[in-house]
Amino acid sequence: MAESRDQHARERPHGLGLAVAITSIALLCLLVLAPLAIVLVEGFADGVGTFVEAVTDEATVSALVLTLTVVAIVVPFHTVFGIAAAWLLTRQDFRGKALLGTLIDLPFTVSPVVSGLLFVLLFGARGWLGPWLRDHEIRIVYAVPGVVLATLFVTLPFVVRELVPTMEAIGRDEEEAAASLGAGGWQILWRITLPRVRWALFYGCVLCGARAAGEFGAVSVVSGHVRGETNTLPLHVEILWGEYHTAAAFSVATMLAASGLVTLVLRSFLERRVRASKRAASAAADASAAVALGEDTPMKGALS
Amino acid sequence: MSAAPVASRPLPTPRLPGFGVSLGITSVVVGALVVLPLIALVVVVARAEPSHVMEVLGSERTLMAYGLSFGASALAAILSAPLGLGIAWTLVRYEVPGRRFFDALVDLPFAMPTAVSGIALTQLWGPSGVFGAALQPLGLEVAFTRAGVVLALIFVSLPFVVRTVQPVIESFPRETEEAAASLGADRVTTFRRVIFPALRPALLAGATLGFARAIGEYGSVVFIAGNVPFRTEIAPLLVLVRLEEYDYAGAAAISTGMLVASGAILVILSQRAKGLRHG
Repeated sequence: MAESRDQHARERPHGLGLAVAITSIALLCLLVLAPLAIVLVEGFADGVGTFVEAVTDEATVSALVLTLTVVAIVVPFHTVFGIAAAWLLTRQDFRGKALLGTLIDLPFTVSPVVSGLLFVLLFGARGWLGPWLRDHEIRIVYAVPGVVLATLFVTLPFVVRELVPTMEAIGRDEEEAAASLGAGGWQILWRITLPRVRWALFYGCVLCGARAAGEFGAVSVVSGHVRGETNTLPLHVEILWGEYHTAAAFSVATMLAASGLVTLVLRSFLERRVRASKRAASAAADASAAVALGEDTPMKGALS
Repeated sequence: MSAAPVASRPLPTPRLPGFGVSLGITSVVVGALVVLPLIALVVVVARAEPSHVMEVLGSERTLMAYGLSFGASALAAILSAPLGLGIAWTLVRYEVPGRRFFDALVDLPFAMPTAVSGIALTQLWGPSGVFGAALQPLGLEVAFTRAGVVLALIFVSLPFVVRTVQPVIESFPRETEEAAASLGADRVTTFRRVIFPALRPALLAGATLGFARAIGEYGSVVFIAGNVPFRTEIAPLLVLVRLEEYDYAGAAAISTGMLVASGAILVILSQRAKGLRHG
């Protein structure tokens, strides 16, 4: 319904409007579409053979494996954290809620380089825990754990930020009803909350995974660029580019660009679902409010 | 039996379970990943020799890097504002072939890994690139100059402007425009006097968000910037340079400056938003 009304309101641009439309779309293409196109063009510039060679190169494969490993650790971690934090922020009342929300959002405002630096200051050779870690022969910075930690920091807000608005829109009524009927916490979460927020949760995980795979600045600081050991795909792209292997750099970049494109497609698909579930929630709330007020609504007829 | 009396009787609302578990998980994760590292940053700066911190922050190289990062970010935000407004307006109001595609394209700078955007922009605008080669006869250079930094930061901040302004245009009541038209205002006057004032807060908020993001941006910028000290070296890169010299205190001091600036911007923004809602 909303969609068709939306369509109806759009007009064919003419005069000044046409000039605005053409200029805007042209600049969008110049600034955003052209970089995407050049990745694909340059990736295959030296033919499919060179592309396959670059993508199946030993260093590329080990970078891919590390990147997938990081994603496989970070996404489940933040799924659990995201659900816990969203439950706390939307289903519990306590003091300091605003502060907690600010702390969770903080990684969005911190420069990626600074994010990486934070972990070097903690775990680096001359950092706080550096001497202790060295004595126990534990390596965090310039090793895989550092890459994982920096990525966990950078992706912290993604799942929470998707869950919180959806859970706020849905409201607590059904969960409170279940609790008053004697349902336990896990039962409520599993049977009531998660089925209603599943699209928002999935969407948050997609965004989190895409960022984890593509993170560059923070990982660049903590990785030490040890080839075959701490090199993720974005870092490998940087190395190839720095060595003037332009075609190879773009071939590897196409893999990352593909993950970005998948995110975009999923985004437009999932955003509609998330919006629909929010709309359904608020419509249901309106209807029950109307019933409570004794108004004459179709819903009331159905209930009585 | 009617549903009304049941629903209007105040039910004792039970406290939802799970407070302990969710608080435990959340505070351990936030404590270990956010609070502890930030404390480390503050302590490293506080424990360092004040003269060394002042020397790093006051050095010409740091001041030039700050100047470039803040200046180029501000310029990029200012240029993104009209461009983002035009794109948002076109996507909401006009029938454009491939509108869905262009709408999704706006988010590309969010979705594309920054290193990929960085090498792509450099390849396009570099001396042998499609756009770079076209500009060369005109004596214009983009890659490896400050113009390149601004260009990359426009790429980064543009989605913030579009996505902040777009919903406001969508919800702008048509009746208001029709009223202005019926009073004899032409379309340009209607836009300037009626629509633009309503969009201005969102436009400002979007540009500010883009600015805050651009200050810390690294991957999209570092390839096209050229990275010449005193000229095209952005502040995040200087942090990395200091770190590679094992000057932890210097790197932490420069970072703190960037954090304080972007924190202040976001506080001002949220205060303004609050003021708008109440005022």
